[in-house]
Amino acid sequence: MILLLLQYTLLFASVLMLVALGGCFSERSGVINIGLEGIMVIGALGGALVMKFLPVELGAPVMILTTILVSALAGMLYSLLLAVAAINFKADQTITGTAMNMLATAAATVAVKAMNTAASGGSDVSSDIIYTRARDMFIVRMGNFEFNWFMVVALVALILSYILLYKVRFGLRLRACGEHPQAAASVGINVYSMRYAGVMISGILGGLGGIVYITAGVSSWKFENGVAGFGFLALAVMIFGQWKPIKIALAALLFGFFRALGNVYTGFDLLKSLNLPSHIYNMLPYIISLLVLALTSKNSAAPKAEGIPYDKGSR
Amino acid sequence: MNKQRKPLLSHDWLQTLLASLLCILGGLIIGFIVLLIIEPSGAWEAIINILKNFFRYPSQKLQLKYLGQTLTRTAPLLMCSLSVLFAYKVGMFNIGAAGQYVAGACAALYFALAFKMPWWVCMLAAMAAGALLGAFSGALKTYCNVNVVISGIMLNWIALYLTNLILATVKNPTSPYTMAVRNINPKALLPQMGLNTLFGNEKTVTIAIPLAVIMAIVVWIVLNKTKFGYELKATGYNYHAAKYSGMKENRNIILTMMISGALAGMGAALLYLTGIEEWETTISSVPGMGFNGIAVAFLGGLSPLGSILSAYFIQHITLGGGNVDLSVYCAQISSLISSLIIFLCAFVAFFKLAIQNRLRAKEDALRTAAVPSADPAPDPDPQPDPDPVPIADDDPQKGGDAE
Repeated sequence: MILLLLQYTLLFASVLMLVALGGCFSERSGVINIGLEGIMVIGALGGALVMKFLPVELGAPVMILTTILVSALAGMLYSLLLAVAAINFKADQTITGTAMNMLATAAATVAVKAMNTAASGGSDVSSDIIYTRARDMFIVRMGNFEFNWFMVVALVALILSYILLYKVRFGLRLRACGEHPQAAASVGINVYSMRYAGVMISGILGGLGGIVYITAGVSSWKFENGVAGFGFLALAVMIFGQWKPIKIALAALLFGFFRALGNVYTGFDLLKSLNLPSHIYNMLPYIISLLVLALTSKNSAAPKAEGIPYDKGSR
Repeated sequence: MNKQRKPLLSHDWLQTLLASLLCILGGLIIGFIVLLIIEPSGAWEAIINILKNFFRYPSQKLQLKYLGQTLTRTAPLLMCSLSVLFAYKVGMFNIGAAGQYVAGACAALYFALAFKMPWWVCMLAAMAAGALLGAFSGALKTYCNVNVVISGIMLNWIALYLTNLILATVKNPTSPYTMAVRNINPKALLPQMGLNTLFGNEKTVTIAIPLAVIMAIVVWIVLNKTKFGYELKATGYNYHAAKYSGMKENRNIILTMMISGALAGMGAALLYLTGIEEWETTISSVPGMGFNGIAVAFLGGLSPLGSILSAYFIQHITLGGGNVDLSVYCAQISSLISSLIIFLCAFVAFFKLAIQNRLRAKEDALRTAAVPSADPAPDPDPQPDPDPVPIADDDPQKGGDAE
């Protein structure tokens, strides 16, 4: 039972970490990315389509790599909507992000329904994608513990993010654009391309988070439901992690644990004997994140220029 | 003299209207393209069906009946958009309207079904529940510096699960839906006052519709014509300046969120107390009403009166989405179109700026032609338009960068 809890904790922590790191890149470059939820949906859709249609005979490595690549690419392309609106057109980033969230769920539902309807000749109008066999390829069973390759992906993303943000020139420039873009521009940094880079990296990580989320516990996904606010939980993780990769990873583990409890609480005699309705466990991650945010947001470490469209002329 | 020369396009409301119409057109065109991609042969019929909604019925009586139903569902949408725009005018993005709406539904139905209260008590309870949730978001913002958007989203989900938990106690034993208010406690239904006779005796037509319109007018008056509204807007515009000039800035923020929440909660009462539908206690996603309220608010140019029109439009096409040939297309095509419309609305500010730039350039050209001897740069015109000058100085640069 403990192993199962650990397994789900690690999986959900992977999701939250990937998406929160994505948010971190975007916000560090100065663009608030409320649209992460939508990016997750589109990434998940891309990955799920690969898992459904790529023949399993090609073998696990091909399947894993293609799924990861397509999810990342789908997320990145979708994030361009935010980039164009927020960077070129100086649109309100909160409205754009909210629109992206709604658009992603609607578009994914329409696409999957159209696909199912056409494939079944009108008898199946659900918005489900089933990927049972492909999902098995991501899993390596070690006794009772199901190791998932996505955990490695998340770990690699964490290490790469840390290096990218703190150990190379690119990271320094990116962070400068989120703190004081005019100062960055004055020393020859192209703020526009830096912000594009930030948003697109967040698209890649958000898309990856999406596919990890929908394959975490189930073998089919109903796209009408989107990703149930996980993109926003990830934003809470990012704030709690103070926009720093290592702290984000720790925060993701904490939040992942509470999310995992909802999946496995029936296996623990103590929790089962409390006889709480399942709704309580569903609420838990959101309640915890509100509490944590309330306690930690007072001294926010948010990038100074986030959410403000870059204007060359202002000081 | 300036007044007479003022071009028609320089009116703010006209620019807004034009921008909104363009957004709608853009959304419809992209929606149509999506339909074409799914199945080209029936796409035109499908988009026409979406736009027609109830007009496709042959008899006038049926048309009136379904117009009544559409209006009944427009009322809560209008309330949600008022909730969003009220908070937005005070500088907060109340995405939590969806959760405040859910809380309102919970209170309204529980008071109606469990306590057997009359309709006005249920409605006040719904407003109180929404206000409570809103105030919570506002308090988290002022005292703990938690972003309203994030806390709003968290509260949406908490409210959803809590509502499912509470309303499960008054649900129909054989279905996941709550018991019908009409059967259990008819006095909790909103009164009709004869309005139903105007709409082919449609029984769900109640005072909800005029109530929502009245609330829109009240919100407009409060925001534009009262000191209270002015203070709220000032707080949103510049928190520190408001504090400096002696306004109670924290109180204003919490109060705004309370009012915003109460509006959304009332919206839920206006829907569920008409008996048009019941709450599904196994629902696993937050109802779209609150989110659509965001679309309506922005499409309506953030004006309470514009919201009345845009709420009707969004509700019209949402219901119209159910009329497409469901063996080929799906009803969600309408949500796709409305979400595209909001996405396009994000560009409205840019669009308006472009119009203003053009007008400005034209005016400058006229001016230099009229006074050829004057030096155009320092603007020595004896009667210049005073307002747009400081903005216009930045504008050419802004426009230039973006291209």
